[in-house]
Amino acid sequence: MRQQLHAEWTKLRTITGTGWLLLGIITLTLAVSAAAAATVSCPPAGCDYDATKISLFGVQLGQAIVAILAVLAISGEYSTGMIRTTLAAMPRRATVLAVKAAILTGVTLAAGTLAVLASVLAGRLILPGNGFTPAHGQPLLSLADGPTLRAAAGSVLYLALIALLSLGIATAVRDSAVAIGSVLGLLYLFPAIILMGPDQDWQRLLWQISPMNAGLAIQATTHLSSLPLSPWAGLGVLAAWAAAALLGGGLLLRLRDA
Amino acid sequence: MTTTLPYHSGLRAGRDGFARLLRAEWTKFRTVRGWVIGMAAAALVIVLLGLLTASGSHASCSVGSVEVACAAVPVGPGGEAVEDQFYFMHQPLAGDGSITVRVTSLTGVITYPPPNHNEIVPGVVPWAKAGLIIKDSTRQGSAYAAMMVTGSHGVRMQHNFTEDTAGRPGGVSAASPRWLRLTRSGDMLTGYESADGTQWTKVGTAHLAGLPATVQVGLFVTSPGDLTVKQADLGGSIEQVRFTQATAVFDHVDLQGNAPGGAWGRDAVGVTGTTDWERYHRPNGVQESGGTFTVAGTGDIAPRMDGQTIERTLTGVLTGLILVIVVVVMFITAEYRRGLIRTTLLASPRRGRMLAAKALVTGTVTFIAGLAAAMVTVTFGKQILRSNGNYILPVTPLTELRVVVGVAALFAVTAVLALALGAVFRRSVAAVITAIVVIVVPHVLATASVLPEGAAQWLLRLTPAAGFAIQQSIPGYAHVIGHYVPQAGYYPLAPWAGLAVLCGYTALALCLAIFQLRRRDA
Repeated sequence: MRQQLHAEWTKLRTITGTGWLLLGIITLTLAVSAAAAATVSCPPAGCDYDATKISLFGVQLGQAIVAILAVLAISGEYSTGMIRTTLAAMPRRATVLAVKAAILTGVTLAAGTLAVLASVLAGRLILPGNGFTPAHGQPLLSLADGPTLRAAAGSVLYLALIALLSLGIATAVRDSAVAIGSVLGLLYLFPAIILMGPDQDWQRLLWQISPMNAGLAIQATTHLSSLPLSPWAGLGVLAAWAAAALLGGGLLLRLRDA
Repeated sequence: MTTTLPYHSGLRAGRDGFARLLRAEWTKFRTVRGWVIGMAAAALVIVLLGLLTASGSHASCSVGSVEVACAAVPVGPGGEAVEDQFYFMHQPLAGDGSITVRVTSLTGVITYPPPNHNEIVPGVVPWAKAGLIIKDSTRQGSAYAAMMVTGSHGVRMQHNFTEDTAGRPGGVSAASPRWLRLTRSGDMLTGYESADGTQWTKVGTAHLAGLPATVQVGLFVTSPGDLTVKQADLGGSIEQVRFTQATAVFDHVDLQGNAPGGAWGRDAVGVTGTTDWERYHRPNGVQESGGTFTVAGTGDIAPRMDGQTIERTLTGVLTGLILVIVVVVMFITAEYRRGLIRTTLLASPRRGRMLAAKALVTGTVTFIAGLAAAMVTVTFGKQILRSNGNYILPVTPLTELRVVVGVAALFAVTAVLALALGAVFRRSVAAVITAIVVIVVPHVLATASVLPEGAAQWLLRLTPAAGFAIQQSIPGYAHVIGHYVPQAGYYPLAPWAGLAVLCGYTALALCLAIFQLRRRDA
């Protein structure tokens, strides 16, 4: 297993795009979070914003780069034919997928941690200037605060699960353009479709099964009771999506010729 | 001695090649089954999602718990749906004439406002209106021009619901009254204001074509509902409107012209029911004492914002766009992956023309697919919405055409942008993700997330997603309080300006693609 891990790590490390993509995850997440924090203001009368959620807003775009990284990890091999070499060297296909998943998770966790920490720091520095002060009923962001720590750590896990979901889908469909289209469609169209739901019950149901909406419940620190799912249950929904995608992708990888 | 000259072809270069190039690119597109299926699926998904949304949307009117047919919505002279509800103290005026009045007070009540929603407080909403009006008749939706003082927008002259001209700002009180005058001369109505009744300033003129010889002239008071917006938990927002009533005090009423004089007609135009406030505290109407008239009214004279819009049926556009982006990006990147690009460039060495031909083919194909899908969806979606009891805000056929053709154009321009990105990146993943992140994601974040409204509006001004503005059929009005945010379907840019932003980005991407294509080896 160590050799396989080493092989996959070498592949990922030596592709020129990987470094840029990891840098992209961090900078895009930070930039969008900072931009969101800079545009919100809290009047002296107090406001109803969730400061933690705002300062982690960049995760909603950073996940797109995570998806590229994950899709390229497998569909890149299909487009160059490298997959045949990989499978010749590692005939056990489940191992190939497991090793890829492990490497990808490690890399995403590392980049995600940096991105999330930078975003929280940016929020802590920017938000008080926009009226998010204890005097207006908004305490300073701090990772020592339980819900904020949960939101930050959960966001890192969220990014890792998005990577696994994308890997599973890309393994199943193989073509990179179709894979990335499917992943982004699954993530970004659900929120739009929820608003079309005919009534509240439908909207709540769609919300509960949406990988992005349910998964990002982990970022909520206020109005928890009004959410259709608790934060960890929401992240569980995304984990179920990722597991299903990996399982489906793994089965297809086993059944099909490369 | 003989010199050998290099060979020169007798054929003349150029001119006839582009049609063949188009045919070659069209053949490439047409013969890959997956791409044709993808494009058809994009069109189909727009139609199906649109009709599904329409059939899930129900509305009904009821009195108490009994369901009744909804009252007809009045339509203004411009064809738009309007609110036309006010208290009207009027006389007929034959031919030309003028009316002058002094307004000394505008007060009112707002029922159960936030934060506690538990008391009726004194207050005037910003667009509460009181003043003079000359109107075709007391029929709702008929042509008019009015001079008024407002709750917090100073003196205004408005006509035919959509037009609004600002006069002097500031409120009205006994210490600083406002004099208003409205004159008719043929089809021209002119509004004046004055602080003292002697020095008059012209505020504006209105040309009301087809105004009958005898019109209704008089004093009016109205007060629109008090609107507040709360963010909903699942994205989107909850709008609440509360009953308000305005009361104005008029004196020095002076009607010049061929009017019968004597008693004034009193009408509550467009009023359908009464609230507890009107029943037990203060009904709408006129109290007269020695030339001073105290008039109370509620309602609004303005374009109506409440109802479904035709673009509500175009919910599948985002999904369709993602499919189009994937197909179009593959149309160019597959050439690089398979090495076909070398053959293509051998056959057509002028690289810019090759890309232009590809752009024309993709643009045309997606335009046709988008046009067919949008036309079917809007036509049948409207019928389904109506049969489910929904009221659809009427628009002119030209506006409907703009929405349908605009959505097709949105598809075509997005496709060309995706093609250009594909040519720049040469890799499908990078191109697809860039296209989706610049067009689809900003729109989703702006309309379906917890992003603050200001940030959402900037997203739809600066990114290519500005192009979605082309589907907005009902404009927002500065003189009507409304929740004009992307979530509610109001875009920060005008329809064609939004599409122009998208076109600008596309032109830039296309230039970059041609530049790169020329410079790089294939």
